[in-house]
Amino acid sequence: MGSRRRTAEDTNKVVNGMPSYAPPLPPSNSMGMEGNIHPSRLSDFGAIEQSLGFRIEDAMNLSRNPVFNQMKSNSQALGADIQFGALNKTLQLQKESQSNLASTSGGHRENWGESNMADGSADTSTDDTEDKNQMPERGESSERSKDKSDQKTLRRLAQNREAARKSRLRKKAYVQQLESSRLKLTQLEQELQRARQQGIFISSTGEQTHSMSGNGAMAFDAEYARWLEEHNRQTNELRAAINSHAGDIELRTIVDNFMTQFEDIYRLKGVAAKADVFHILSGMWKTPAERCFMWIGGFRSSELLKLLVSHLEPLTEQQLMGIYNLQQSSQQAEDALSQGMDALQQSLSETLANGSPNPSGASGNVANYMGQMAMAMGKLGTLEGFLRQADNLRQQTLQQMLRILTTRQSARALLAISDYFSRLRALSSLWLARPRD
Amino acid sequence: MKSQISQHKNKKPFANKKNFQYIFLYIVMDRVKDLASKKAAVIFTKSSCYMCHSIKQLFYELGASPAVYELDNDSYGREMEWALRSNFGCNPSVPAVFIGGKFIGSSKDIISLHVDGSLKQLLMDAKAIWF
Repeated sequence: MGSRRRTAEDTNKVVNGMPSYAPPLPPSNSMGMEGNIHPSRLSDFGAIEQSLGFRIEDAMNLSRNPVFNQMKSNSQALGADIQFGALNKTLQLQKESQSNLASTSGGHRENWGESNMADGSADTSTDDTEDKNQMPERGESSERSKDKSDQKTLRRLAQNREAARKSRLRKKAYVQQLESSRLKLTQLEQELQRARQQGIFISSTGEQTHSMSGNGAMAFDAEYARWLEEHNRQTNELRAAINSHAGDIELRTIVDNFMTQFEDIYRLKGVAAKADVFHILSGMWKTPAERCFMWIGGFRSSELLKLLVSHLEPLTEQQLMGIYNLQQSSQQAEDALSQGMDALQQSLSETLANGSPNPSGASGNVANYMGQMAMAMGKLGTLEGFLRQADNLRQQTLQQMLRILTTRQSARALLAISDYFSRLRALSSLWLARPRD
Repeated sequence: MKSQISQHKNKKPFANKKNFQYIFLYIVMDRVKDLASKKAAVIFTKSSCYMCHSIKQLFYELGASPAVYELDNDSYGREMEWALRSNFGCNPSVPAVFIGGKFIGSSKDIISLHVDGSLKQLLMDAKAIWF
């Protein structure tokens, strides 16, 4: 028994037990009922049925409908309403012509629809308009169940529309936010570029202003990063040349380029020290491990030579003596410079700790303070000189080492030095990235 | 006699201001050279200069006992400093190192010479040290 769609005018099919009609009909009864159709007897029932806008046969089919249970619960609640509504309307219908049945049924449907929507949902009107459109096609089909399913569908569709609208608005807001932050980003980049250029300009002219000191440090950090990249590239070149057993001439060229690179960084340090000596001395431009073992803004030449001896074997007697003497000389120079720095620090502390005792009173104290500060400032100024001499010592030591060694030995020595420092830098990275508990 | 005097009146005197400066410089330079030759190793310093302190320490480490003249305690100190800078080309003016009466250089030169072993040799040659 399939559900059949009928027009509103089809009044032939009627079912027994109409007066005591209740929507949830057991299938067995409906089967029996179908066999007892008497069109002549129950014409008014046809009208009732029509007023209901519901085909009883299709109601039976509801049991096979998956949403039947839901509908069942709905219809049970509304059973009483439907009965009353139907009785009221049939009185009206009997007076009306057949042709008006469609519209009336539509009206009934509307009433039924309204009573159905006890929750007062705003979607009622949309449901009803759709139902009115679909009404002519339905007839005595299971319009009530379809009503409900339609209403649910319509509600779902409306909610979908709402959700889509909201998400469109959200997307618009997000896109606007993205645009504004992109603009801000480009602005910041431009500012940074300008500041960096200014910083480099200032540090190259050696100007010392308080506002620019930060830029001087930053500019040096940037230059050092660039130098480091170039240094690594040259180290790789050196390594390749050594491993491929290149000729002496080629090695000499590479070694000379290497030393030129070193000269570059010392020149850069000198320029940066004029702008901000404390930044260089603090070693903030180096990695933490390097910084720890730093001496006056750089490495200790004597230590480096001690590390290299094992890498440089075999050495002749003369070379061994030369390296040993060089190590001793650099050690002595380092000690001398360290002692000078200590004397400076001590003198500075004394200057700051106690001015000369002056009993002349307040104005005298102020003058005393100013005098103290002026003296301290003068002493601080000599720091740059120490840094310069320390860098000079490092450079001289390296050059002397290259004079003692052969070309091949020099290449190996420079490679060993580069590797040592790159390992120290790697150690710093590992240390910084270590898991902390 | 009268003609000689009138001739003399037209000539400019030798000891005018400009010339006096040259004379004075000459005298001061002479004093510096004189002091520098008094001992095998001589260092001109200033009490406020800590690099001078470092260079002194280096000489002591090498076993030399240089003569040290502090310019800020000398009555002609300022002029001598000027002479060191302009005449001998010592920059910075202190420490100024003389070995065997000859001007060697300032801190940078001394460190460079020390690293390549020349300083020791110079000191030995001047008999400031023996080994």
